[in-house]
Amino acid sequence: MSRRKSRDEYEKTFAFRFFRWLSGRKDPYVGEVEMQPQQERVIPEETIIERMRESEMIRDKIYDEELNRAARIFHRIYVGVAIFFCVALVGILLLAVSCLPPNGHADNPVNNVVSERYIESGLQETGALNIVSGMILTYRAFDTFGETNVLFIATCCVMILLMLDDAILKKEAASNDRRYEPKNDAILQGVAFVLCPIIFIFGIYIILNGHLSPGGGFSGGAVMGSGLILYVAAFGFRKTQRFFDEHIYKIAKITALCMYGLIGTYFYMTGANGIENHIPLGIPGHILSSGIILPINVCVGLEVACTMYAFYALFRRGGL
Amino acid sequence: MDFIRNFPCISIILCLFAGIISSGLRGKAAMFVNTALLVVNTVLSACTLIYTLATGESFVYVMGRFPAPWGNEIRAGVLESLMALFFCIIMLFSLCGGRHKLIQGVEEGKLYLYYVLMDLLLSSLLALVYTNDMFTAYVFVEINTISACGLIMIRQNGRTIEAAVRYMIMSLLGSGLLLLGLCMLYDLTGHLLMSNIKESVAQIVAEGEYTIPLIISIVLMSVGLCIKSALFPFHAWLPDAYGYSTVSSAAVLSSLVSKGYIFLLIKIIYRVIGFEIYRDSRIIDILFLFGLMGMIFGSLSAIRENDIRRMIAFSSVAQIGYIYMGFGMGTEAGMTASVFHILSHAATKSLLFIAAVGLTDVSGRNRQFIELTGSGYRNRWAGVAFTVGSLSMVGVPLFSGFISKLLFAQAAVQNHAKMLPALIVLGISTILNAIYFMKTVIRIYTPVEDTPYPSAAYRDMPLYAVVLLAFILLNITLGISSQPIVDMIRQGLAMFA
Repeated sequence: MSRRKSRDEYEKTFAFRFFRWLSGRKDPYVGEVEMQPQQERVIPEETIIERMRESEMIRDKIYDEELNRAARIFHRIYVGVAIFFCVALVGILLLAVSCLPPNGHADNPVNNVVSERYIESGLQETGALNIVSGMILTYRAFDTFGETNVLFIATCCVMILLMLDDAILKKEAASNDRRYEPKNDAILQGVAFVLCPIIFIFGIYIILNGHLSPGGGFSGGAVMGSGLILYVAAFGFRKTQRFFDEHIYKIAKITALCMYGLIGTYFYMTGANGIENHIPLGIPGHILSSGIILPINVCVGLEVACTMYAFYALFRRGGL
Repeated sequence: MDFIRNFPCISIILCLFAGIISSGLRGKAAMFVNTALLVVNTVLSACTLIYTLATGESFVYVMGRFPAPWGNEIRAGVLESLMALFFCIIMLFSLCGGRHKLIQGVEEGKLYLYYVLMDLLLSSLLALVYTNDMFTAYVFVEINTISACGLIMIRQNGRTIEAAVRYMIMSLLGSGLLLLGLCMLYDLTGHLLMSNIKESVAQIVAEGEYTIPLIISIVLMSVGLCIKSALFPFHAWLPDAYGYSTVSSAAVLSSLVSKGYIFLLIKIIYRVIGFEIYRDSRIIDILFLFGLMGMIFGSLSAIRENDIRRMIAFSSVAQIGYIYMGFGMGTEAGMTASVFHILSHAATKSLLFIAAVGLTDVSGRNRQFIELTGSGYRNRWAGVAFTVGSLSMVGVPLFSGFISKLLFAQAAVQNHAKMLPALIVLGISTILNAIYFMKTVIRIYTPVEDTPYPSAAYRDMPLYAVVLLAFILLNITLGISSQPIVDMIRQGLAMFA
């Protein structure tokens, strides 16, 4: 009569071990050798500091001018040549300036047909009382589109350099996002409470009146950006993110630049192909006038404000 | 007006739009947009090239309602559209060839930014090529500089940050000098449009009143652009920037960004100052001298280098020296040779960078020569491509480098005063080139037993292999059917005047 052994009992028998060895399922290390998880290789901080100190010492020895004659001679020549170059460059530039046409004469080459047309017929052709706005946004609209893209690409580069991962950002935000600044500064908050609306309204005024009075997208955008920065500095990122987070930033930036691009493309294409332009110039002096200048000013202002805020936020905590 | 005349404007605007929209996309989508953009731009530039060849004259495109001296203008001729076509093709190949390294080396959340930078870089290159206005050129030089910094530092380690800072300082110095020169020129002439400046400059030279500031402004602009394109004494930023950035960036920076500035200098020489006035000022002798020194010292630095990427980077210094030597001849033939060398070097250098990364990948990512032994057997595609690139650089017939050396030698023979130094240095530089490139080729084809590194097969890297094949074909095409391209360059330079 045979008796079925339980699994545990069977595993202790010789037959089990023999068949296991025969079928090759046996792991020769299990049970024979003590297994431990591999320890992570940790280099203690003292060793790293020691190594750094050593390499620094070596570097100091190599570049020590008292010991190394070649370095000393090189340093002297370097300084001498640098001074020579600077003095020579200053001299050459002074010479050039002294030979340039004298400032403010009526018959200077700068006072030619180009500026004459800007000044004399700028108002009829662009509809803008502010000739500078008319010039940069109508006559030379392509250059200004390039300049706006310079701002855009500068933010992209700062993002590459300083943007942190979302995970790190959340961790930092949980601990503290204003390590180096006083928390809830009453004076700052009070001032910001009064000033922020005024700054925003003033910025919007500068942008919207860009074609009527000195100002325009770049300056108005800078004012609005500084208003945003003041708000963040006073109330912190969490409150700002209620109305201006990364998502909204992206939407605002892309919409502004695309709008500018579309208006610009329409303007270049119709102008170059001799097609009639359907954007009316309006009556000079009215707020809704001067053709493409007003919408472009709004777009530029939005982009500049976004850029200013993005720089501040990226430098302060590595995210928007 | 023919609709094709809109194409240069459309291609620049498309790049800007692609960059703007990519900033709201994820990495993969931005990559797709970028590839589509490059393909579309290649087609547009090819159409423009065919159109200008058919009509046989250049055309001016007014950007907006207001004609020349008041508004912006771009201008397209044979040479401009040829350059634009070439830039688009090489950027497409470089980005596809370096895609796997890009995905490995860049944080996933920042991949889209790389393509934003690339789109805007392409827009600036096209604008530099097509522009007819000095201030537009300066604006796009700014975009070019900033995006190039971003391309260097996107693979973030200490080396690339250091390289980017160094590049930024040198490059901004170059931009500053360019701007200073531009301001002085504006003060003297009162114009920003290239053709108007040229008229005024001819008048100034005839009257002889403002000669000193005119010469100084030409010098400032030339030196600024030389710094930005890494002519010999100003090349200190180059080896780190090309050696440690991700491979697509290195290929694009060496073959396109520096060439964009050189092309702008050609435009300034022909369309702003006037070729005769530029030649009669003594500046071209300085360029000639610096070019010759670069040809020798760049090669010597490359021979001393023990890192394959940095070796290729130093070889760029020598090749830029060739281009400036061609400027320095002061003849039409020398300029033609330089422009052909711009194309040939762009095609070859990006091939070398892309091939070198395949070789280092099968050597455990070590760039030292000792580790690269036998890597040509482990990655056969990269080995063959690197050999082709090296042969082209050395100047073996069938490949593009031979044609440019031939053109340089022909140009040198026509110029009696500069024949002897040019030919001697050309010979020495060719030998030095052969030393370091053939050393590398022999090294990668030295059989080695029991290597610890695995081989790479075609199925692991179909895109990479196709890109290498395309580069090789481009190189051989430039080498075999060079005559039509040289004719196009001559025609384009004639249109500049």
